[in-house]
Amino acid sequence: MSNNPNTSTHYVAPLEETPLVAIDAVNVGERKSNLWIDAWRDMRRRPMFWISAAIILLVLIVAFFPTLFTQVPPNDDCQLSNSNGGPTGEHILGFTKQGCDVFSRLIHGTSTSLSVGLIVTVLTTVLGILFGAFAGFYGGWLDSVLSRAGDIFFSIPYILAAVVIMSVFSAYRNVFVISLAIGIFAWPATARVLRAEILRVKQSDYVMAARALGVSNFKILLRHVLPNSIAPVIVVTTISLGAAIVAEATLSFLGVGLPNSTMSWGNDISAAQIDLRTAPQTLIYPSLALSITVLAFIMMGEVIRDALDPKARAQR
Amino acid sequence: MAGYILRRLLQAVPVLLGTTFLIYFMVFAMPGDPLLALFGDKAPDPALLERLREQYHLDQPFIVQYFLYLGGIFHGDFGTSFSGEPVSAILVRTFPVTIRLAIMALIIEFVGGVLIGLISGLRKGKLFDASALVVSLIFISLPIFVIAFVAQFVFGIQLGWVKTTVSAGAPIQDLILPAFVLASITFAQLIRLTRASVIETEQLDFVRTAYSKGLSRRRIIPVHILRNSLIPVVTYAATDFGVLLVGATVTEGIFNVPGVGRTLYQAIVQGQGPTVVSFVTVMVLIYLVVNLVVDLLYGLLDPRIRYVK
Amino acid sequence: MSDPTRENLPQGAGAQEPLLEIKDLQVGFQTTGGMVTAVRGVDITLMPGQTLAIVGESGSGKSTTAAAIINLLPGSGRITGGSIRFNGEELTKYSPRQMEEIRGRQIGFVPQDPMSNLNPVWSVGFQVEETIRANGIASGRKAVREHAVQVLREAGLQDADKRLKQFPHQFSGGMRQRVLIGIGLSSRPKLLIADEPTSALDVTVQRRILDHLETLTRDIGTAVLFITHDLGLAAERAEQLVVMYKGKIVESGPSKEILENPQHPYTQRLVAAAPSLASRRIQSATAETAHHALGDLEYAPTKVTEGLDLIAAAEQRLEHIPAPAGDGPRRPDAIVVKDLTKIYKLRGQKKGAANTITASDKVSFAVEKGTTTALVGESGSGKSTVAKMILRLEDPTSGAIMIDGVDVAPLKGKGLLDLRRRMQPVFQDPYGSLNPLRNIGNTIGEPLQIHGVGDRTARRDRVLELLDQVALPQTLITRYPSELSGGQRQRVAIARALALKPDIVVLDEAVSALDVLVQAQILKLLADLQSELELTYLFITHDLAVVRVIADNVCVMQQGRIVEAATTDQVFDSPQEQYTKELLNAIPGAGITLGV
Repeated sequence: MSNNPNTSTHYVAPLEETPLVAIDAVNVGERKSNLWIDAWRDMRRRPMFWISAAIILLVLIVAFFPTLFTQVPPNDDCQLSNSNGGPTGEHILGFTKQGCDVFSRLIHGTSTSLSVGLIVTVLTTVLGILFGAFAGFYGGWLDSVLSRAGDIFFSIPYILAAVVIMSVFSAYRNVFVISLAIGIFAWPATARVLRAEILRVKQSDYVMAARALGVSNFKILLRHVLPNSIAPVIVVTTISLGAAIVAEATLSFLGVGLPNSTMSWGNDISAAQIDLRTAPQTLIYPSLALSITVLAFIMMGEVIRDALDPKARAQR
Repeated sequence: MAGYILRRLLQAVPVLLGTTFLIYFMVFAMPGDPLLALFGDKAPDPALLERLREQYHLDQPFIVQYFLYLGGIFHGDFGTSFSGEPVSAILVRTFPVTIRLAIMALIIEFVGGVLIGLISGLRKGKLFDASALVVSLIFISLPIFVIAFVAQFVFGIQLGWVKTTVSAGAPIQDLILPAFVLASITFAQLIRLTRASVIETEQLDFVRTAYSKGLSRRRIIPVHILRNSLIPVVTYAATDFGVLLVGATVTEGIFNVPGVGRTLYQAIVQGQGPTVVSFVTVMVLIYLVVNLVVDLLYGLLDPRIRYVK
Repeated sequence: MSDPTRENLPQGAGAQEPLLEIKDLQVGFQTTGGMVTAVRGVDITLMPGQTLAIVGESGSGKSTTAAAIINLLPGSGRITGGSIRFNGEELTKYSPRQMEEIRGRQIGFVPQDPMSNLNPVWSVGFQVEETIRANGIASGRKAVREHAVQVLREAGLQDADKRLKQFPHQFSGGMRQRVLIGIGLSSRPKLLIADEPTSALDVTVQRRILDHLETLTRDIGTAVLFITHDLGLAAERAEQLVVMYKGKIVESGPSKEILENPQHPYTQRLVAAAPSLASRRIQSATAETAHHALGDLEYAPTKVTEGLDLIAAAEQRLEHIPAPAGDGPRRPDAIVVKDLTKIYKLRGQKKGAANTITASDKVSFAVEKGTTTALVGESGSGKSTVAKMILRLEDPTSGAIMIDGVDVAPLKGKGLLDLRRRMQPVFQDPYGSLNPLRNIGNTIGEPLQIHGVGDRTARRDRVLELLDQVALPQTLITRYPSELSGGQRQRVAIARALALKPDIVVLDEAVSALDVLVQAQILKLLADLQSELELTYLFITHDLAVVRVIADNVCVMQQGRIVEAATTDQVFDSPQEQYTKELLNAIPGAGITLGV
């Protein structure tokens, strides 16, 4: 602009430079968008999403169809002469102390880890949503009772609690019992996250508007409040799936997890620790399988978190 | 502030009662003989069994048992271990070692985690930040025992820099590797949390106002950005202390550190149920106390909590 | 400014160098889609001691321009061209270190929101003292402290020495803004940038703080660059105006001249849509003609201001309400409120302190069918609590509410549902009033579904009809709220409120969060709908200026009580209560004369 408008004189910009546009015109040409549509668009652009999705898919396939990946039986074909042996043509990762095929045990142990992860996650999510939703939405004495209960469960680190439970139930160690032992003390984290989010969402004007319309309380919770508070729960859930797998492995490692007859990564790691010097492969491969699986779930959780949180998106 | 402390202390009472009750309930309200269940397939010595029955007042109704047990805890009586030594005596012996290890780990965790998180947050999107994010993600995914074994293997066996196990007196130099291993589990979370907190704080209005007042970046970073970012970090550290306790159990077990954690670890591995329960109770109490202390600290960090209108 | 002698000052000192000279300023923001230009070729000249206001709506680039001067652009913002000369020095070439020397010392800054601009973890004294130290105004513990007390005292904090140790959350919003003004002026800067310094405050506080700021800067001789969205406020406080629109200056010059004779169509729109100016105009017109003759104003909106002109909207409203209140038979009352009281219990209070708050204290009023009654008050006056009780969203502690002559207190189930059908709300926050996960069709159709009106196709037809009624395209039916602007969302909220064909609509600050032109549009829409559907409005607001153009009757609330209730004309022409007078005075533009 060359014509310097000295501010003490009255300057008017030529209309063609700043044509008036319609006030508040609707741009119907825009793509559809809401939280979930935007999050999906955001996620699918990221390599981290596809990498973790691929790993999770692979782990699922391995868990359900282990025989697709190995023909070697994990338990029945063990020969002590192969004890801690190195890789051979058919046994690509070598042998355990018992002379079992490391790769086969790895493949067949997948479903154990995954089952525990899934059962714990379903349990903590259901309990967390029930406690969190009712405490947050209805408030009052119900909130006090539920929140205090959550505080108490939250105050016992869930692995320590599981150690005690598994010690008591030493006669009944199986996938369900261990999942219960972990899940019963792990739900308050989910409940807290949901409760905080519901407390925020229920202040919204759209909840008040729904109330003024005569929508019943429960319907408001289901239709307006829960869908808008569930995003952080999904993040916590995905990450806790990884954490549950670690918890099972830790318990098995400590010897209070699944019995030795059950194939699991934790058991294999536990059994291999004595031979760390002589046969590191027996320890490293199950550890690697465990870590990569957990990493995939945690990465997925992070990707979802970033995609669902517009603030985080703006920060990148 | 006094009112705040009092309120927090009062709030801790039901949680304390609740947690001890819950543990006791899990163990002793089960049908059948809880002691036999605790011993699993190992047939215990009848004399020991009798002593334990007496110690846990198993001839009394359940609720009476609990209150007698609770009374015992208040007098520092956590029961007797397998070897016949009182748990409290073991605690006196092992606690200093664990404290030493925990303090070393906490220093590593906080100095490293907060510093890396701060730099990451301030250099968001740069190479340093990207690598810190990737590395921390990997550490979060690794179970503590895997980290411990890898560290033992690499630094102890391959490089031979440190001893793979800790000597009897647990001297500081022997504890360095276990401390790093212990710190590594929560360290990575701390980096991510500090980073997120720094990024969020940096965009707050008062930071811009601080710049507009003519303050230098060198002053604004510690005084206005880091100081405020620490509030959520400290809260997190408290809740994550439980992970640290479990981590200490595993780490002390693997590195043979003669602390509280190893005692619990050995009791678990050897299936000594009653000792496990005693030590878990002790750890839960420690966790409660630490959380209470951090809550009080939180009041110092955030004046909005200190002075309730 | 009202003082005429000061208006000549810059011309009198013609030989003076400008303090601030911005030429062809360009500011861009880096986004994933490339560079987005926010400021496009802005020129501003500010003489020492002068006050200049930049006026514009959100997104006009006014705040970005101000931030560019002190190089505090948010996020990825960068100056991409042009020059900023301050005191003869080129600021765009300054290093970050040099800018630190300018900020605080030479150019002070007062931010918009007092609630978020003080660090909550440091005491107020600490934050004043660090400014004093950083700018080298004083050194040594004692001297700095004394200076801090002086700064706060100047800013109007009487017991400054005692309050130094207190934390921001122990201060009221107005007090905090005084602290921020004190900080901004602490080193006697040559220029003060005030970015919407009072928009977040109550209107009466706003006025006191602006008066104080004006006195201070005049005494120090500081030039002020004032950023605001309110044309009336700008004209009242600054001798020079710059009107920005979409990153460009559309008009600039002496305030009075621009206000009286706006040339650019955009400025004409702003003038027509500003509630403060409209209410002043109506005021002077009715005062001159001595009787309520808004119709005699002979005010014709031009083509550019059509649909935005508040005076035209007010005129149109009057035509549809033929009998002025007072003469003739009174219409039946739609809402009658008697001795409505709401007492909240507070938890966690110290002993001895009052542990209840009386949000509404024996409030009584009546709203005639087909008219608009405004409930006016500042934050904490209880106006929203009253609205919520009438909507049966809160239960009153005592008192009665009659809707169409029926006591609503005992209503339950079907009866309550019928009441809800006859009375619907529209809330303030356009971003919070729609469920972000439900599409527009479902949102507008929800009332129909809940009340079981019609079948699926009938409901769809009604939704389409409602979209027409609020002037939104029918294609929006499958769209989500996040795709819409604030004004469009508010239209959707209005459509939802109208879905069940209610008689009464409760508008709780329904236009307060909107930009001025959009606000005018929505006010016009509300007026049109009222005459078309014979609606009764209860209009809750803090803004008396808006009341002047939309309401028939006014109830002024203060601390839970109604302090004055009368017709709009009476309240404006002859306010009885001191508080009402204060509120009226707080409408910006009191000192400016306006051509009609």
